[in-house]
This record gives sequence, C-alpha cells and structure tokens, in this order.
Amino acid sequence: MAMDITSHTHHISQQFNIELDDIKTHLSEMGGMAERQVNDAIMAMIEVDLDKAEQVVRGDHKVNSMEVSIDEECVRILAKRQPAAGDLRLVIAVTKAITDLERIGDEAAKIARQAMALGRDGAAPRGYVEVRHIGEHVSRMLHDALDSFARLDLDVALKVVQTDRTVDMEYSTAMREMITYMIEDPRSITRVLNVMWSLRALERIGDHARNIAQYVVYLVMGADVRHGSIEEIEEQILQEQDDTGE
Amino acid sequence: MLEQTDVVEHRDAPAPSAATASTDSLSGETGAQAPNHKQTFDQAEPLAMENEKIKLEVEGLKLYYGNDQALKNISLQIPEKKVTAFIGPSGCGKSTLLRCFNRMNDLVDSCRIEGKILLDGDNIYDPSVDVAELRRQVGMVFQKPNPFPKSIYENVAYGLRLQGVKSKRILDTVVENSLRGAALWDEVKDRLHDNAFGLSGGQQQRLVIARAIAIEPEVILLDEPASALDPISTLKIEELIYELKDKYTIVIVTHNMQQAARVSDYTAFMYMGDLVEVGDTDRLFTNPIEKQTEDYITGRYG
Repeated sequence: MAMDITSHTHHISQQFNIELDDIKTHLSEMGGMAERQVNDAIMAMIEVDLDKAEQVVRGDHKVNSMEVSIDEECVRILAKRQPAAGDLRLVIAVTKAITDLERIGDEAAKIARQAMALGRDGAAPRGYVEVRHIGEHVSRMLHDALDSFARLDLDVALKVVQTDRTVDMEYSTAMREMITYMIEDPRSITRVLNVMWSLRALERIGDHARNIAQYVVYLVMGADVRHGSIEEIEEQILQEQDDTGE
Repeated sequence: MLEQTDVVEHRDAPAPSAATASTDSLSGETGAQAPNHKQTFDQAEPLAMENEKIKLEVEGLKLYYGNDQALKNISLQIPEKKVTAFIGPSGCGKSTLLRCFNRMNDLVDSCRIEGKILLDGDNIYDPSVDVAELRRQVGMVFQKPNPFPKSIYENVAYGLRLQGVKSKRILDTVVENSLRGAALWDEVKDRLHDNAFGLSGGQQQRLVIARAIAIEPEVILLDEPASALDPISTLKIEELIYELKDKYTIVIVTHNMQQAARVSDYTAFMYMGDLVEVGDTDRLFTNPIEKQTEDYITGRYG
C-alpha cells in the first residue's frame, strides 16, 4: 500500500513531473507566507507593534493571490493530465489545503486588526498571556501541518490533529478567564472583547491547520478522515503502517 | 423478452418490500437472490464483487503460445450485467484473455490452454461445448469495425439468417431493435439498404455492435472498440456501453485508461501475463493497492 508519492519524478512525461512538483513547491511557499502572517500578527499584538500589525493587514492580499494562482495550476493539471491515484490525491489535497491557508491568512489579518485597535489605546491589557500561550500552540500546529504535507509524515499529521483538541480546551478555559476579567472591571469590556476576537481567530487557525493535516492522511492513505474521531484516525494510521511494515 | 422475465421475478420475490421493488429496475432478477442489493441507495458504498452475480469465472488459466507463456495462472470473476475493463501495457495479455472468453484462441495453432473458464458455471473449454453456440452467447467486437460488404440491413440480419430465420417480419423487428440498441437507428433508418461501407467509422462500429446484439448474446467482448474512432464517436460508443450493460455482461479491453475509468464498474490491471489487481473502478483509479497499478495508471515507468 505504500505508494511512492513522495517523489513525482518518475512520470514518463517530464512536464507532468514538473507541474506536480510546482504545485507542491508553491503550496509550501504559500504555507510559509501564511505562517509568517500568523506569527507576525501574534507578535504585533503581544509587543504592541502597530507597524507590524499594519504590515500583516496589507500583506493578506499576497496569500489571497497565491491561492488563486495555485488553484489555476491545479485546474490546468486536472484538465490536461487527468491525474489518477496518488497524483489525483495530491492535486485534490493541494486545492483543499490552499483554501484553508487562505482562511488562515484572513484570520491573521483579523488578529492584526485587533492588535491595531488595542495598540492605539496604549498599554497592554489583560489577556495577552492567553494570546501568547494559545498562539504558540497554534503556530506550531500550522508549522507541523505544513511540514507533514511536505514530507508526507503521518505521525506529524496525527500530532497536529491531537494538538487541535488541546487548543480547543485551552480556548474555552481562556474564554472563561476573559469573562471574569470583564466581570471584575466592566470598563475593560471593549478591550477584552478585542482579545477574545483574537483568541477566536487563533482557535480557527488551529482548526484549519488540523484540516490540512487531515488532507495529508488522505493524500498518503486515500482515506477521508474528516469528521472522524482522533481514535479512528489513529487506528487508520496504525493499520496503514502495519500494512507497509514500517 | 427480458422485461417479461423481470416482471415474473417481481411476483415470485417473497414479500417484495418497497426497497426491493425500486432496486429491481437496476438489479433485475438478481434482486431476489442477493438481499444486499438494498445498498443501491447508499452512494458511499463501493461496489463489491461479493454482491454480484458472477457471469464468467476464470480459474487458474494458463495460456501458452508455443513455449511462451502469455497468461500465468489467472483467476478472475466477471460480474453479470456490469462492465469489466482490462487495462495494462501492450503485450500484458489482456486481449489474449479477452479472446479466451469465446475461444477465439482456438484458431491459433500453437495456442495451448490450461485451467477453466466457467460461463454460468459450465466450463467453456469442455470438449462437449459447441463453439458456434458459445460464440452466439459470447459476442465480440474488434478494434477496427469490420462490417460485411453488404447493406446495413443485411449486416444486422446476418446472424439470424445464418440461424435459418426467414420471416421478414421477425428480421425487420430484430434489425430495428438491434440498431436502436446500438444507438444507430435514427442515423440509418432511411438508408437501411445502402452499403455498410458508406457509413463513417464510428457508425460502422455501432453497426458491428448492432450485429453482435442481434443474435441476443449474454456477454459482449469489446477489444479496443473506440481506439480507431474520433472523440465524438468514442463518446457515443461509451454512452452505448453504459446503456448496453442493462442487458448484457460487458468485458472491454482498452488502452485508454480514462475510458476504462469512465465506462467500467470493475477494472482489472494486467502486467506481463499476470493479473496484478482487480477491483471497483472508482477505488482502483483513486487508491490502488499495488504499486505496479499506481505506476501504470499515473503514467510512470515502473
């Protein structure tokens, strides 16, 4: 069952090799871009850096235009090459992953906008600890998701799916904390709400990273594990590894 | 004729529930025997050979041309009223295997066969088998259309005339039904008595299919039926295959993998005389099990 889809270099058509390699490379580039946007947005908020926040907001269109151009590449491959099996799964996984990356870019821009709103009012309010903490988790998830896609590493993909559950739990804990801040000091409500929106955006980024990790499972195994529980996904992966004798 | 059989089966079926009644249009008489046809509505459910009625069964088939072994111990099931495609590189044995189903290889002197092929459970290589009758049950269409140098009408009526049918009424009906069945009637109804060579390549191929179905075969073997045709004629043949599987079991050999993916329910991949992998076409083209299959369908050199 172990298909050699790590390399797309053995097609009789050299041009096809190049086209498939290109979409993988471009996906990595777009992923790197989205990752940078997320990290910059988090930094901008924590360090109250208005310039950086503005940079992130203005940089979002680059992620968007990469989505459009990779999408076009994928459509062209589908139309001209009629890819099958692992090649087909690669093209489909890429078209899905870029949609999530584009959304991640949007969420990063949202965080940056909140950072600008907060930063204009001056000193750091409460809640930055939570942003930093969840931000670190989410940023690692995204990095790992992209890494697992590039290396087709199921173990890393599984780790991302698992981390998403942790992030979801931490998000609801943070929400409760934000509510206590607001109860303690109603004057802080506007500002705490800004932080809450940012936390919400981070949590969404985590969900998108998890989606990307699930496309990796689809790409490698041909199994659609969306909407499945972690245990089901684990079982599928273990079975796959048994089959291939890893 | 066939429809009548269906109706009888409806009545015989014990307690026909709503589900079986509506699936019957798809599964015909098999619905009564195989209760798992309820799954017809579950689109996510992949096709499974266990749920099929088997029309042809190949058991340990070995075929030699002189000292060369062209087929190495092939075992395979062909389900009834489904389309099964054989794919594989040139010389892999797919056409050879196809020809075994109506004993076309008998015509090759150096050809020697071991193993069995069962048609409805009876070995077609049994010495008692009447080969002419077998070929009536198992018709064949070749890569290049090969109409006889006769009129369109006579081409289709040929098999029946050979069987001694003389009634003009019967012949007229069969010719019309067969041409309709081959999706050619509307194009030729006003020139039935013109020479068949006046038809285009795509029309000739459909004429040959009409000729094959005129004698009411059970299985139709198609050996690269569209490879000499233009894209539009190819699509018409593919559309026709889709319609024909309501009544016939179809086995197709094709070099065009996309065609196999489009027209077939099951696909068998062969390589160097071996059957490498066989399975539900949708699964085989998205997630093949064997690396050799993957390499072939994705256009890699293995």
